Amino acid sequence: MSNKLELWGGNDLIAQAAIDAGCRFFAGYPITPSSEIAEQLARKLPKVGGIFMQMEDEIASMGAIIGASLAGEKAMTATSGPGFSLKQENLGYACISETPCVIVDVMRGGPSTGLPTAPSQSDLMQVRWGTHGDHEIIAVTPAFMDEIYSETIRAFNLSEKFRIPVIILLDEILGHLHEGVQLPDPGSLEIVDRTKPTVPPEEYLPFDDRFGDVPPMANFFEGYRFHITGLSHGKSGFPTTDVEEVDAIQMRRQRKIIGNTDQILSNHEYHLDDAEIAVVAFGSVGRSAIDAIDEARKQGIKVGLLRPLTIWPFPEKRVLEIAKQVKKIIVPEMSLGQLILEVQRAANGNADIVGVQEVGGQLIRPREILAKLQEVI
Amino acid sequence: MTFDYSKYLRNQYIPHMWCPGCGIGILLKAILRSVDAMGWKNDDIVLVSGIGCTSRMPGYVDFNTVHTTHGRALAFATGLKMARPDKHVIVVAGDGDSTAIGGNHFIHFCRRNIDINMIINDNNIYGMTGGQYSPTTPPGSYASTSPYGHVEPNFDIAKLAIGAGATYVARGTVAQGLILEKYIKASFAHKGASLVVAESTCPVQFGRRNRLGDPVDMLHWIKERGVAMRKAEKMSEEKLAGKYVMGEFIKDDSKLEYTERTRMLIEKVQQKENK
Ligand code: SF4
Repeated sequence: MSNKLELWGGNDLIAQAAIDAGCRFFAGYPITPSSEIAEQLARKLPKVGGIFMQMEDEIASMGAIIGASLAGEKAMTATSGPGFSLKQENLGYACISETPCVIVDVMRGGPSTGLPTAPSQSDLMQVRWGTHGDHEIIAVTPAFMDEIYSETIRAFNLSEKFRIPVIILLDEILGHLHEGVQLPDPGSLEIVDRTKPTVPPEEYLPFDDRFGDVPPMANFFEGYRFHITGLSHGKSGFPTTDVEEVDAIQMRRQRKIIGNTDQILSNHEYHLDDAEIAVVAFGSVGRSAIDAIDEARKQGIKVGLLRPLTIWPFPEKRVLEIAKQVKKIIVPEMSLGQLILEVQRAANGNADIVGVQEVGGQLIRPREILAKLQEVI
Repeated sequence: MTFDYSKYLRNQYIPHMWCPGCGIGILLKAILRSVDAMGWKNDDIVLVSGIGCTSRMPGYVDFNTVHTTHGRALAFATGLKMARPDKHVIVVAGDGDSTAIGGNHFIHFCRRNIDINMIINDNNIYGMTGGQYSPTTPPGSYASTSPYGHVEPNFDIAKLAIGAGATYVARGTVAQGLILEKYIKASFAHKGASLVVAESTCPVQFGRRNRLGDPVDMLHWIKERGVAMRKAEKMSEEKLAGKYVMGEFIKDDSKLEYTERTRMLIEKVQQKENK
């Protein structure tokens, strides 16, 4: 990281990172507070020979990136809460068809039109559970500019590696914040591409489990003609209602994520070693938590932080370990209690769990977290 | 020599799931014969569909095939075409899929003039879900959700496409397979957003409810309601009520196609960058 310090906005940086990750197709629809991502890509993509499209709606944007991905492109869309709601159907399609793609959700207050220009973290559950049916998902939650860059790269890599949609979850503050950052040389990045089949076309099955839980993926038009459907299907990709076949593929799709969490999970931990109280927070609230912890430590409060960079799948094992170590866990979040539900589930009764919640459309400040820490010791 | 359909079919998945007497089979024939006439290779084609009886077609053909979500075929197809403009992207859809839930994608596909070949099997009903009325169900007719007769006016899909900017628009029927094939072939040869509407039959869900007789009677019913474009020009609106107009309505090669325009834009930007 010897490069010079540059000033970047969060949304703008996602656009640059996407290009550096190999994204050459973007389809989106205007929505605050994510629109700068589309605007930046409209400028940048043609320069690298990539395609930018503003589609007729959010649903079409999601469909178009899946189409482009099937043809072999790394593809992305960006939206905010209301738009994400509209993408859910095709998000489910990407899950069942195991099509790599990246979706940015710059969170704003809700429900409905809510607070278009104010931050929130209340899409946490909709990105996990919003589409119908059982499925896994990966979501990453950067908080600093360097993380916004590296997590965007990681989002594309995970998506290609595991054939799954990956969501980059920001909030309005991070999307619009401008800060100095030193970016790595794009040439030094580790870039992952989907695993191509090694078998000849006659033997190719798009959902073959002989090569592990992530089946190799051929691109369309390269001689491997295959069928993709949103119906439950077998290894061949053709619809089936055979109970065992459907069960097997559902379980494999689950296993490819929960069986590989060592490659997917990533946490930032801070002062947890001797902590008697833990804070679990992500995104911009995670930054407030760092400041609060620094101040609390000065006051002799033994507190540490778990800040997940992968929020889905949830780092439940680590939360359980921490819950066994500490007496109390504070969960500050800009919602009426979504993250806290996961923390409670993972902690399984091993610590007292206390929320700090804000839904008026402003950041939870360090002093609010500090006040809660002082209150619970 | 008889036409060999087998090289375009996934023969292991035949027999298909369509009801006996359904119009979709005739449409499939016309599509495959048109592909053959164009000399397109199976590898170079993607057939994309949404949800419904017509949308089960991709499963049976040996191309790259995508059976997407309800109404969204054109959105997926747009991504595919933009990623690989050199390949042939065909979309098949029913009337409900394409003009109700997929209506927004449909008009914007026409407006962009992207080189996708859209083919609509218009059988005036939602077949797969049990005979509910669609945007093309004729007023007064019966559907499972219009048990007392349909009170809404119906869409003229061809006019809708022309108004939205499609550059090839034709309407044929499954009762006249060769003419339908001619239109599909012409739409394949056309560079730009093309639409062929095939007036079609659903004897099971539409025909039965409207006492239109057996599948052969239904083909007659389709034929009787069709009026050739030239003849229609001289007919009053009253006389045209309950009929539909057949023919090649528009074939405009003068408008630049969307992937082409995008390519030119990229070249322009890159040239400026490299200066
Ligand atoms: S329900 Fe109608 S449209 Fe569907 S397969 Fe049967 S006859 Fe054809």
